[in-house]
Amino acid sequence: MESPSQARNPDGLSRDHLPAEQLAALQVQRLRQTVQWACDRVPLYRQRLAAAGVAPDEIRSLDDLARLPFVTKEDLRGAYPFGLFAVPLDQVARLHASSGTTGKQVLVPYTRADLDVWTEAMFRVLTWFGIRPGDVIHNAYGYGLFTGGLGFHYGVEALGATVIPASGGNTDRQITVLQDFGATVVCCTPSFFLHMADRAQQMGVDLRALRLRAGVFGAEPWSEEMRDRIQQAAGIEAFDIYGLAEIVGPGVAAECAAHQGLHVLEDHFYPEVVDPASGRSVPDGQPGELVLTTLSKQALPMLRYRTGDMTAFCPGVCPCGRTLRRIRRISHRSDDLFIVHGVNVFPAQIEAALLAVKGTLPHYQIVLSHERDQDQAEVQVEITPEMFSDRIGVLEELQGRLTRAIRQAVGVQLGVRLVEPRTLARSEGKARRVIDQR
Amino acid sequence: MKIHQLSVFVENRPGHLVAPCRLLAQAGINIVTLALAETQQYGILRLIVRDWQKAKDVLQASGFRVTITEVLAVQVDDRPGGLAEVLEPISAAELNVEYMYAFSMKANEQAVLVFRFEDPDLALRTLQGSAVNFIDTVELFGRLGPV
Repeated sequence: MESPSQARNPDGLSRDHLPAEQLAALQVQRLRQTVQWACDRVPLYRQRLAAAGVAPDEIRSLDDLARLPFVTKEDLRGAYPFGLFAVPLDQVARLHASSGTTGKQVLVPYTRADLDVWTEAMFRVLTWFGIRPGDVIHNAYGYGLFTGGLGFHYGVEALGATVIPASGGNTDRQITVLQDFGATVVCCTPSFFLHMADRAQQMGVDLRALRLRAGVFGAEPWSEEMRDRIQQAAGIEAFDIYGLAEIVGPGVAAECAAHQGLHVLEDHFYPEVVDPASGRSVPDGQPGELVLTTLSKQALPMLRYRTGDMTAFCPGVCPCGRTLRRIRRISHRSDDLFIVHGVNVFPAQIEAALLAVKGTLPHYQIVLSHERDQDQAEVQVEITPEMFSDRIGVLEELQGRLTRAIRQAVGVQLGVRLVEPRTLARSEGKARRVIDQR
Repeated sequence: MKIHQLSVFVENRPGHLVAPCRLLAQAGINIVTLALAETQQYGILRLIVRDWQKAKDVLQASGFRVTITEVLAVQVDDRPGGLAEVLEPISAAELNVEYMYAFSMKANEQAVLVFRFEDPDLALRTLQGSAVNFIDTVELFGRLGPV
């Protein structure tokens, strides 16, 4: 494991550009250490590896990773709260919890060294966004058990830029702070930013006239259409960042200025993309589920964790020159899928369809219910100032266009209901897109 | 001659109509007249008030979707045939009425018709010199008496 001083050393930047063989050598060395560490300290790993007939010292290449069994969110939940901890509690410097987007929360411990790895990862990706000392970062990720707030916070401090710990909620005050404190960069979930943009418009504040030049958005899947909308609404460059508490929090992967996929910080977090059904690796460019292995974490080592996030490796090299492999932006979570009238539907498809219809900001929710012996899905769309009219005919026509756009995107007709603003549970953290009442 | 009408989006569910009305009441804004257009799922509450700007601000600050539309007010005698006498020249001029509503003023046996035309300026020009008696904000609110 790396010492805090090494992890913080700005030398770490060169790890973004390691030649493939050097990177692989570092990864294998760390992988072997991590497998040994996990087997020595966590009964579940010891049993699973024994059952798979793998001894830690047999890990000699990255290909050997495929011999290890997967770890799932169910394993983490089953071990709640401390079952997978690889260190005693007195060596745990901090506890976070996964946000429970898809069920029961998972407790995530960090040693002091783990926090340094995280800070180094955030420090590195913040530089990819062009953030430098002198920048002012408005951090509207929630501070607390959720990893978003503190993850960004310490990264910005390590970089030597200014952080505004705005946290989530209190939208009107956030907008005043954005106006008055001279933030150059904003960080939050994309849905919360759109909510802020909407509110700013109501308050007569033009986000494009502020100093803001970039935004860093993550913690939920979002689409290219949503990026366009955000960039237009606020006159900023929008970057995608990816992470999950089970692995470390934000800073597992992020875009560079090329915006052609997210580089994975694979010297710390080793990525695989597998077929969700067979568990076998898929070739670059082929979609599959992201599987991550931590290479330098102590308190919660993760061996082949099934993230549930669907992506693909981007083939080729990035024009930015970084050698870290890239994944496509997360299109959806494998468990976001819902089936209606026998058709598989992902919320992202609906989002793209809504955005394609002019004037629709995507504050929307999909409500699943069971009526007349059939599963029904209704898309509830909050009415925006651009959409609203004093004429019923105009609203009915809009409803028709939304219905057609969704049918075209998903191949099945879903009900569309226009609702009052802020009727839908407003994610001041993560958007809850699907409400299952079945 | 044009009058500002507020339109508010309300869901067609119990309790949703009272919320904007209560807000206006709290702000001391009296509703001169209103009309509600409804579908199964939602409705549009159309309101005429004296201080439309304040009403708009109050409603928007609470998150309501509000739009301002220019409508035309016409005064007619409150008697059988009053409405038909106004609609005839409008029909003859081939002006399409998007929607309309009416209210009566007890004091002087007059009624006021509120018309939404696609192009209110065109309607005004076309109906100039006809039997249609448009009244402006000052006249309308003047006839309704002191605030």
